[in-house]
Amino acid sequence: MPELLQFCVSGLTVGAVYALVALGFTIIYNASDVVNFAQGEFVMIGGMTTVFATAAGVPLPLAALGAVLVAMVVGLLLHRLAIEPARGASPVTLIIITIGASIFLRGLAQVVFDKQFHSLPAFSGNTPIRFGGAAILPQSFWVLGGAAVIVAVLWAFFNRTLIGKAVLATAANRLAARLVGINTSFVMGLSFVMSAAIGAVAGILVTPITLTSYDVGMLLALKGFAAAMLGGMGNPLGAVVGGLAVGLLEALGAGYISSTYKDAIAFIVILIVLFALPGGLFGKASVERV
Amino acid sequence: MHSTEPLLRVEALRSAYGRIEALHGVSLSVAAGEIVALVGGNGAGKTTLLRTLSGVQPMTGGSLSFQGRDISRASPHARVAAGIAQVPEGRQIFAPLAIEDNLRLGAYLRKDAEIASDLERIYSLFPVLKERRRNPAGGLSGGQQQMLAIGRALMSRPTLLLLDEPSMGLAPVLVDQVFEIIQRLNREDGVTVFLVEQNAFAALSIATRGYVIETGEIAIEGKGSALLADERVREAYLGV
Repeated sequence: MPELLQFCVSGLTVGAVYALVALGFTIIYNASDVVNFAQGEFVMIGGMTTVFATAAGVPLPLAALGAVLVAMVVGLLLHRLAIEPARGASPVTLIIITIGASIFLRGLAQVVFDKQFHSLPAFSGNTPIRFGGAAILPQSFWVLGGAAVIVAVLWAFFNRTLIGKAVLATAANRLAARLVGINTSFVMGLSFVMSAAIGAVAGILVTPITLTSYDVGMLLALKGFAAAMLGGMGNPLGAVVGGLAVGLLEALGAGYISSTYKDAIAFIVILIVLFALPGGLFGKASVERV
Repeated sequence: MHSTEPLLRVEALRSAYGRIEALHGVSLSVAAGEIVALVGGNGAGKTTLLRTLSGVQPMTGGSLSFQGRDISRASPHARVAAGIAQVPEGRQIFAPLAIEDNLRLGAYLRKDAEIASDLERIYSLFPVLKERRRNPAGGLSGGQQQMLAIGRALMSRPTLLLLDEPSMGLAPVLVDQVFEIIQRLNREDGVTVFLVEQNAFAALSIATRGYVIETGEIAIEGKGSALLADERVREAYLGV
């Protein structure tokens, strides 16, 4: 029993990071129909920038804030320089552009940073908290709490602010959004900046547990994508549930079957979703009222 | 005071989808306070023209001026801010959003303090929207969605209201209701209306002036009543 609890806690911790990556996918996909495979690079930029800034003597909170800002600028540039000029291109073309951008960002990170693995000191020490026979790292609470705060802030943004509703309106009907005066290009840029910030926060919070390096983004993007697919592409609630589910499955699979197959679990999830449940758990049937 | 400059002036307007040109040089004008109807068959270019006026369909030639100002290159949101609102074909409501959010987004570019009172005005115009204001707009019937689309456009306090096929898919009793509301808005609020319709009879009946568009060009123009009596119009569009 303590074993199961232990697996669940570590699964949920990693799952929270997948959930944040999946949320990033969802926000950009809804605003612009782009599946942004450079989403994992935002996570990497968040972690790596914080590592190098703290190594240079910047206090951790300031370094973290700076890292989020760097990621936001990268997100904005990605939209302005790579996505916006290709406006009107087919979804496949746009996906290829984001894959190209992710390769470019990985290469740039090798040059700007290095090829080593890096860690950050845990924010509240490394003394595990004993709970029901399981040992929980304090950093796990940072990750889970951080994810919860981001979800709450996003909920308030989309449901309580006019600009948030303008983003939803753009997702629902781009033509109508332009006709009521919403600058949809601005909305798309905003969605890239927000997704970048969310990814960077995830990267900063999880680095003390999982380490980071220039190439952590690729696998995170694929697992976050699996989570978004499982939840139903475009559904924010689905992204969170999907992320936690993929994390849990991965931890349980690694614990009870073999850790060799840990990374395969996310891909098995993608296959099962594609075969059995193409709309995902919370996906709406593609029927529209006319 | 008499001004010679119409509210909207369209000159030799061209627009194309890729290499296929849909508008071959359309010229027309709408004066302040008028209801102008544009009638024509399927594929004549009516929707293309309205979308070009709102800036969501690129123009490939000609010029557009609104209130004496050239708006050929203005972005869609700049045109809304200038006072041009459109009720698009097929209503195009924000289906997953609440009815009230749909209306509130109609006033997206406004910063004034009268948004709340305008919202109440729309609700008094369309009481059914108020009853269900917290519900997703996608649950409304076709006629109610049309009311919502008109209400949303009015929330921007337009000087010029563009309506694309407001009667499409509506029961005859609802068609009458929609046209009555359009006339009321024109009479009581001084909103200038440019109306595109396949239902030529209903549109020309309430119009001050009308244009007939055929394959991307203006074929006939004249007073609404004169067009209703015109032999060619009667044969082609009124089925008599």
